[in-house]
Amino acid sequence: MARAAIPGGLTVRRSWRQAQILERRPETASASTLAFEVTGWPGHLAGQHVDVRLTAPDGYQAARSYSLAAPADGDRIAITVQRVPDGEVSSYLADEARDGDTVEVRGPVGGWFVWKPEDSGPVLLVAGGSGVVPLMAMIRSRDGVSPTPFRLLYSVRTPQDRIYDHELRRRGTEDGGLEVTFLYTRTAPAGETRSVGRITAEDLLRHGWPPEVEPTCYVCGPTPFVETVADLLIDLGHNPTRIRTERFGPTGP
Amino acid sequence: MNIFTRGFRGRKRDSTGQLPPGQYLTNDFPVLSAGPTPRIPLDAWEFLIATEQGESHRWSWAELMALPAESVTVDVHCVTRWSKLDTVWRGVSLDTLLADIATEADFAMAHSYGGYSTNLPLEDLLGGKAWVAYEYDGEELAPEHGGPARLLVPHLYFWKSAKWVRGIELMLQDSPGFWEQLGYHDYGDPWREQRYQGD
Amino acid sequence: MNEQMAAYDGNTLAGPLSEVFAIEVTTAAGRCRSCGTTSEVATFRVYGPGPGFVGRCPHCEDVLLQLVRTPDALWLDFSGVSALRIPMPTDAAAETGR
Repeated sequence: MARAAIPGGLTVRRSWRQAQILERRPETASASTLAFEVTGWPGHLAGQHVDVRLTAPDGYQAARSYSLAAPADGDRIAITVQRVPDGEVSSYLADEARDGDTVEVRGPVGGWFVWKPEDSGPVLLVAGGSGVVPLMAMIRSRDGVSPTPFRLLYSVRTPQDRIYDHELRRRGTEDGGLEVTFLYTRTAPAGETRSVGRITAEDLLRHGWPPEVEPTCYVCGPTPFVETVADLLIDLGHNPTRIRTERFGPTGP
Repeated sequence: MNIFTRGFRGRKRDSTGQLPPGQYLTNDFPVLSAGPTPRIPLDAWEFLIATEQGESHRWSWAELMALPAESVTVDVHCVTRWSKLDTVWRGVSLDTLLADIATEADFAMAHSYGGYSTNLPLEDLLGGKAWVAYEYDGEELAPEHGGPARLLVPHLYFWKSAKWVRGIELMLQDSPGFWEQLGYHDYGDPWREQRYQGD
Repeated sequence: MNEQMAAYDGNTLAGPLSEVFAIEVTTAAGRCRSCGTTSEVATFRVYGPGPGFVGRCPHCEDVLLQLVRTPDALWLDFSGVSALRIPMPTDAAAETGR
């Protein structure tokens, strides 16, 4: 990490780096992926996040955390931002930011909610809404590198809310050892047999791993979702020490 | 080194002087918390004023309800920058509660169910500036906003208006409370923008 | 959302704590001074960010840490944790540059 010398021999950590927007691509009506160039990016692990900071002309600053959406790729990083109602940072990133604009980022941070290709054992990924972002980084980093079996359960309100829709469906078919299941809480596509509703123990039994297999479970999304799923997994017999959670905050599905 | 972000303004912050410096107006009533919402049954609720001499003065909920109460309309200013104007509360003035209490103390620590605390000068609880409030906007004060009763000291930043208040400790010397120990200002006047220690 | 529930967990603290610690702290395990339960910082129940972060024990809800960022300082109180075990790379790992 960059350091600056100050008198007395102490060094001050320079946490924030400039990140220049390379492109913004919509994923759904409310979510967009932004790719940035960050000179000297040290690389990162799937599951880590960055803090993004914006500074207004009067010096006012606002910062929010966003999960990295893709594996390390030189100086290029990507995040997927869900527009939050009245969100001052998400609305700037999703709607206002233009190619060439710069923001500040701090990171990569977060060493606990990570998956590395050398980790052994099957993996269960359970995502609620924008919680799919760090799990997608894990799926993308697995591709062609690790045969570890992955099962993703992705809970969304409607089919239009599926972030990475095409890519997930393609990978579910093409990536050996990856199974992708979408669960709908409000509106399901035609032909869907599961009734709409929040995730249940039966969903986890049917589309997840049995506890005997001792999967590592990653659960991410709005806090109520994460708490519910973690409780369900424990009730089903999964070892709590194999469940890793990341709570995105109070906004529910 | 700061870098201005093109096109970013943030929430509209007042420059007309109607609000204290650095604040923005909200129509919501944001809920900020340092911990889980305590649930206190009214038959267990108690308000305690402890003097520096160790004397205790207590009121049960029924006794609090029996005291003269007033309705006040005040502006509140949170250190996280939101301000809410013309909020309506009902409660018992601290002048009433402190009326017959002999003390040499200059300072007070408000204590809350759940462990929160905040310090302020005793004189800022007196002279019609502070209440134990149990109604907001004509309704019973909701738990997430500090119900059944909270301290209301609107002339200071709103972290001084301790939610779930359970008492006041009178002190000869000032001593920092929950946020003051972590860098927030001992006094907290929004009009002088006293957010942090040293401001 | 149930207002009993903390909105975040210790993963949220990774960025702020990276300003202070040279190594990753959210993977560190802290022992709660109140109840003795050891939990990773990433699993702390976190309230905030305003006026500051409060990290509470997932078992007993007591305060483990508080963090406030002011314009010219970072205030950190870790006193609710009686001991912190921070995973460190072994010498062999350090030699390979991991």
